[in-house]
Amino acid sequence: MNNFHPFVLPFTIGTVVLFIILFALFVKWLLQMDKTQKTTALKNIISFKTLKAVWEAVRECLFHRNIFRTNPVLGYMHLSFAFGWFLLIVIGKIETTFYSGTFWDEFWLAIFFRFFEDTSVTFSGSELFTQLMDACLLFVLSGIVLAVIKRFYSKIYGMKKTTKHTIVDKIALTSLWCIFPLRLLAESATAGIKHNGGFLTQSLGNLLVGLPLEHITLPLWWMYSIALCLFFLFMPFTRYMHIFTEMLLVFLRKWGVTENNQKTGYTNIELNACSRCGICIDVCPLNTEAGINNVQSVYFIKNTRYGTLTKEIADNCLMCGRCVQACPVGIESTLIRQIMRKKECFNNKDYYQYIPDKEEKQISEEKEVIYFAGCMSHITVSIPEAMKHIFAAANVKYWYMDENETICCGRPLMQQGLDKQAETLRQKNTEKILSSSIRTLVTSCPICYKSFTEEYHLPIEVLHHTQYIDRLIRQGRIKVNRSDIKVTYHDPCELGRGCKIYEEPRHVLHAVAELMNVKMEKENSLCCGYNLANTQLELEDQMKIRNAAINNLTAPKPDTVITSCPMCKRALQHGINVNIKDIAEIVDENIAK
Amino acid sequence: MNHFDVIIIGGGPAGMQAAIRLGNFNYKTLIIEKEKSIGGKLTQWDKLFPDFYSAEELLQNLTRQLNENVSILTEQEVKDIENTSENEWTVKTADGQYSSKALLIASGYDFFNAKRKEEFGYGIYPNVITSVELEAMIKNGKITTLDGRIPQKIAYLQCVGSRDEKVGNHYCSINCCICAVKQSIEVKELLPDVEQYCFYMDLRMAGQHYEELYRTSQEKYHVQFIRGRISEAASTFDNRIQIKAENTLLSTPLKLTVDLFVLMVGMEASETTRFISQKFNISNEYGFLQSKQRYCSDNETEIKGLFLAGTCKRPMTIPKSLKDGDAAANAIFDYLKNR
Ligand code: SF4
Ligand code: SF4
Ligand code: SF4
Repeated sequence: MNNFHPFVLPFTIGTVVLFIILFALFVKWLLQMDKTQKTTALKNIISFKTLKAVWEAVRECLFHRNIFRTNPVLGYMHLSFAFGWFLLIVIGKIETTFYSGTFWDEFWLAIFFRFFEDTSVTFSGSELFTQLMDACLLFVLSGIVLAVIKRFYSKIYGMKKTTKHTIVDKIALTSLWCIFPLRLLAESATAGIKHNGGFLTQSLGNLLVGLPLEHITLPLWWMYSIALCLFFLFMPFTRYMHIFTEMLLVFLRKWGVTENNQKTGYTNIELNACSRCGICIDVCPLNTEAGINNVQSVYFIKNTRYGTLTKEIADNCLMCGRCVQACPVGIESTLIRQIMRKKECFNNKDYYQYIPDKEEKQISEEKEVIYFAGCMSHITVSIPEAMKHIFAAANVKYWYMDENETICCGRPLMQQGLDKQAETLRQKNTEKILSSSIRTLVTSCPICYKSFTEEYHLPIEVLHHTQYIDRLIRQGRIKVNRSDIKVTYHDPCELGRGCKIYEEPRHVLHAVAELMNVKMEKENSLCCGYNLANTQLELEDQMKIRNAAINNLTAPKPDTVITSCPMCKRALQHGINVNIKDIAEIVDENIAK
Repeated sequence: MNHFDVIIIGGGPAGMQAAIRLGNFNYKTLIIEKEKSIGGKLTQWDKLFPDFYSAEELLQNLTRQLNENVSILTEQEVKDIENTSENEWTVKTADGQYSSKALLIASGYDFFNAKRKEEFGYGIYPNVITSVELEAMIKNGKITTLDGRIPQKIAYLQCVGSRDEKVGNHYCSINCCICAVKQSIEVKELLPDVEQYCFYMDLRMAGQHYEELYRTSQEKYHVQFIRGRISEAASTFDNRIQIKAENTLLSTPLKLTVDLFVLMVGMEASETTRFISQKFNISNEYGFLQSKQRYCSDNETEIKGLFLAGTCKRPMTIPKSLKDGDAAANAIFDYLKNR
């Protein structure tokens, strides 16, 4: 066999072992998915969605478009690695197919082709292939140079923090970095002897001619093969696992699979799909404002994956969703965090003590909407007050469901991992809601809104008051005057990133005031810092986060800052004297008489 | 003639007392006051704790003592201050420019804006008022709800905007505990049938005769003191205020409906105080001004010729502010003599 030499063995063994492990893990994770996840996936496999997934896999896993968007240099680095390597394999394979006249040649031939190439054999395009392969190699090498620089000077990437590595990661990383420089050297050395190199390898080969190439060449090919082998063997246990897992994730997601409320195989797939690009560290307010830099998604995911998660890390997160928004892989890390926070609590009684025993009387009159202010609105009383006026102005008959006895929607407990307790509250509220025959529920709190729409499965329409007011204005049921007050709008995390409601509040504000833009808005809006999801954060840090949000909102010097969440309102109100109002209040003030 | 020996920014008790002394020392002194008349927050008070001494009488007393060396400018807000040369200060107002050899800051405090604690409903429900508004009613001798009813039940809440880390004020405002005691007695004298409740975290009766007054308010005036925080207030259909609280001594939740809900607002650095503390970089963490050293040079600052008096430094009672004005005048005397 003239296409064999013992140095191909490390590579071959590495590749075989890698694919066995990958296969085993993927099968395991897929089987670990729960029933609904499996059926959802199966239902959608044969559909247009699969094609879309293919496209997305190419776009994200090869071209890394999302990383590109956030950070072009980082994007290029990932692109040159992934796409460059991919091209090396594909073009290399085509080249050897032409060379040997069959697709079914030894699979390592494409990897070590220059070594085995018989220069007396000519085949069509051989010169072109040689140059192309060199170009690809150069492409990958440029990425490596960037990666090395990034490791040492992450600042030039506009990243304040780069991720920390485990030992296994370090071995994999070193072997990965060695692969392509070794390939370059090996091919150049061979080119020095056989004159079969391209513009890059041949030029380098010519430079090497003075050296005893016969003695150097073979060891270089051995080292190249061993570097590949090491990388492959360690890969499943490192961040590089994301290369393949991300593709699997793209398909599952396109088929409609999502996180459930417990850890499943899908969770494992998400955990392994994190490339540790570190983008989530830079957008996290805990890092940028409070200097806490060991709890972000990347660390949370890493610790969860390796089973080293501590309560401090799991609980120190505002669930503001900025990281999820920025994550190029789209990992739902806040949902995973919620799952990992799950805890049993023995003293259940305390959670419901405040719920009245006696049922309220049935509401008999015909009413149009149920109004649920939410616990938070009860301490920002001007919000429900304003809503009362708006209902009156629009002539809407409503049932103020939690006027006297508020039962929490349960979401804050959910976020703390107290599922059972939250479920009990949901049941109580559901009973209350369904005891009336009213078909629309309006709430003033984005937390309640998210809970009602995603966790309750109510058979009635649920609206946040921004949506409802928008509707009243559009339908002409309330008439408003446009005042010349200048306002900026704070997108609450739960309403914006959480429920994707960005347009309705803006539409309403345009109708009643002069809305100014702020630097960080909509998807990029800053967290007010008072989110109930974080039980670890010190008040001082909370204030730093809040102040950053205030600075963002007051930069264009508005008369008033508007938000649509009672909690945000409270947070901003507690800050330095800023005039802050809920959207309902400013509408109420501008209703045409 | 716009040149003075000393300019005093703020004509409250501390500023006035310092002006009296400086005038007696024969220094040409100018008080710049942003309100219509001097007196500061004293003008908003009826009687003072713990002996019910008349605030007006005190003010008259102080005014009488100001001699011809003291000039007063009212309704003039300070726009800028400059330390023009080694020994020269320039103060700019909207109307003019004044210079002096020494500058005394007595720019005082502002009341905490109770709207920032929205859960108590101030500014939203008509019958939630601040201690300052209650004092005005006492001064008028007529206590009614906004809709003109005679209140049957009144609740007071201590520490509004003080000792509250959420609003960033960790400190105690010193005056409000005893002030609530004083006001509840005065209210009871005006309305013998009223029931009064006072919610507190802990009561700080740290001055002479405070404790005695607190005792009297319970024994003679039947004010009920409840240890507990109020979590929220809501308006009832008839504009009364329903309060939800926890009695932390008994560990029981509590609901109470009252006709008037009085928020004992704390003290924060006034706007001018904040402006000056930032301008000269002598701000403490709350925006109050920081003296050079608390024990021996509490009226001096790190900046030569710049002196401090009264509540621009921290919450103080009126007697304390007056003494601080005296002390500042003495410090300025030493400074000008040795200059
Ligand atoms: S969670 Fe997303 S953004 Fe964060 S490191 Fe992983 S892939 Fe990057
Ligand atoms: S959800 Fe917000 S606070 Fe939590 S890790 Fe992500 S960015 Fe940071
Ligand atoms: S004096 Fe009393 S009411 Fe005022 S802040 Fe101190 S403890 Fe609170």
